[in-house]
Amino acid sequence: MGFALFILLLLVAIGLLILTQAWPAMQEFGLSFLWTSSWNPVEGRESFGVLPIIYGTLVSAAIALLIAVPLGLGTALFLSENFIPLKIRTVLVFMVELLAAIPSVVYGLWGIFVLIPALRWFFDLFGIFFTGPSMLAASLVLSIMILPIITAISRDSLAALPPELRQGSYGLGATRWGTIFRVLVPAAISGIVGGVMLALGRAMGETMAVTMLIGNANTISLSLLDPSNTIASLLANQFAEARGIQVAALMYAAFVLVILTLIVNILADWIVRKLQAKY
Amino acid sequence: MVDTMPMTGTATDVVLRAKDCDMYYGSLKAVRDVSIDIPKNKITAFIGPSGCGKSTVLRCFNRLNDLIESFRLKGQMTYHGQDLYASDVDPVEVRRRIGILFQKPNPFPKSIYDNIAYGPRISGFKGDMDELVETSLRRAVLWDEVKDKLPESGFSLSGGQQQRLCIARTIAVQPEVLLMDEPCSALDPISTLKIEELMKELVQNYTIIIVTHNMEQATRVADYTGFYNAQVVEGAGGKVGYLAEFGETQKIFNDPTLEETKDYVTGRFG
Ligand SMILES: Nc1ncnc2c1ncn2[C@@H]1O[C@H](COP(=O)(O)OP(=O)(O)O)[C@@H](O)[C@H]1O
Ligand SMILES: [Mg+2]
Repeated sequence: MGFALFILLLLVAIGLLILTQAWPAMQEFGLSFLWTSSWNPVEGRESFGVLPIIYGTLVSAAIALLIAVPLGLGTALFLSENFIPLKIRTVLVFMVELLAAIPSVVYGLWGIFVLIPALRWFFDLFGIFFTGPSMLAASLVLSIMILPIITAISRDSLAALPPELRQGSYGLGATRWGTIFRVLVPAAISGIVGGVMLALGRAMGETMAVTMLIGNANTISLSLLDPSNTIASLLANQFAEARGIQVAALMYAAFVLVILTLIVNILADWIVRKLQAKY
Repeated sequence: MVDTMPMTGTATDVVLRAKDCDMYYGSLKAVRDVSIDIPKNKITAFIGPSGCGKSTVLRCFNRLNDLIESFRLKGQMTYHGQDLYASDVDPVEVRRRIGILFQKPNPFPKSIYDNIAYGPRISGFKGDMDELVETSLRRAVLWDEVKDKLPESGFSLSGGQQQRLCIARTIAVQPEVLLMDEPCSALDPISTLKIEELMKELVQNYTIIIVTHNMEQATRVADYTGFYNAQVVEGAGGKVGYLAEFGETQKIFNDPTLEETKDYVTGRFG
């Protein structure tokens, strides 16, 4: 109880700190901060807006999810059903968990030295020019980073299902795939969605690897091969050298990220509740 | 499949037959030398102390043990004379004909309606689903209690109702045999009696095997009873189960051949 209260106080304190720091920018730019596209810290000509960065944050997280959800759920099913002998499964589960333990900066380096050259070689085959740091590179690495979260949580919720459920379905003459998709996945859906939402939060807040790979361009481009930027990455890049109103603008951006994450979490909670009520 | 001959005299059809079956979990021999004939349209009870292989034998009859990686069966099991474990037999098809019910009611996390419709849907049922759901629920004597709340979750029912829902769900696939593994041991006495009534009703159309720890239940419902016992052996596991005695329920309870059967049915066991 005391600990919970402490957490609450800490959250309020962080929120207040961000808010007070962001206050000058909020007064200066108001809500138009959200749909302004320029980010110009040059003294005397300052103007700040986060539209391209919100775009970059949401799009990179969405692409990462699009890749990681089917892959992670597939891996979870593969690891929770008896497709392969238990011994091999145990090793694979361990390896997936290891993925989660790799530091963010190592993912970034891997992206720079392995993924980007590989992508460049691939696009060269089609005669397409690929600069390197881009939305695509960042999203791909993000998807690998959130894969263990989705896999681990989905696998846990599948493994936690009572064995009677599985036997009941097989006992009625269901096939393995019928059992998986019509009984097991629906029964574990609230846990799976919870895992996906946690992964989404992680993807939106991921900083280091994204900064190293996204190119940090505050522009909106529909091409995934172009550089982009995310809120977390913007903060990491500019905070050290920022002064005056720019600090306030960055804090305002941080506040937007907190709100976005909050919305995602509330949405997740709502979806999970809705799904639980249904079953 | 349709039996046009009127049942006369004492000759009963054998639906399931086990011949010299040994069952293993990995290197552990769990059950040995089971030979039994399960008569059609009768209730056969399996009784005996825990761990002597009643569930193992039961699950063999619809190949549910196939799901356990380490499981192995030696010997022959037939269904209407056909080898159940022949390589061209599809276990999925076997389980549609030979349904199973477990100790703990295990409705799916779906609506009452969808619980019943699940089996028919996966086996490609094309007819009137509403009607099938209704007849299945009626046969399981649950219709009147649930007809107004078919879209509600199966979990909203009481334990006894859930078990009858599971029976209805099994019936909906139109099996020929019902295997029941201690179907009443998690239920209160009133629900238990309801299920027993239901079994007597169902046995006109189905062949039933029930595992039970409740000896009164066996005497109340079963036409035939098999008593399983276990024997201490050397090595891992320490004991192996076997079918000690099998016969008409009357005989098993009132005039058993073996001393061990007598000890068990009179409660002087162990
Ligand atoms: N899935 C399993 N894996 C390994 N051993 C098992 C398994 N199921 C049952 N056994 C073993 O087989 C023996 C018979 O068990 P069971 O058939 O459940 O007995 P009963 O139903 O008569 O209580 C027991 O010794 C039990 O430990
Ligand atoms: Mg048992």
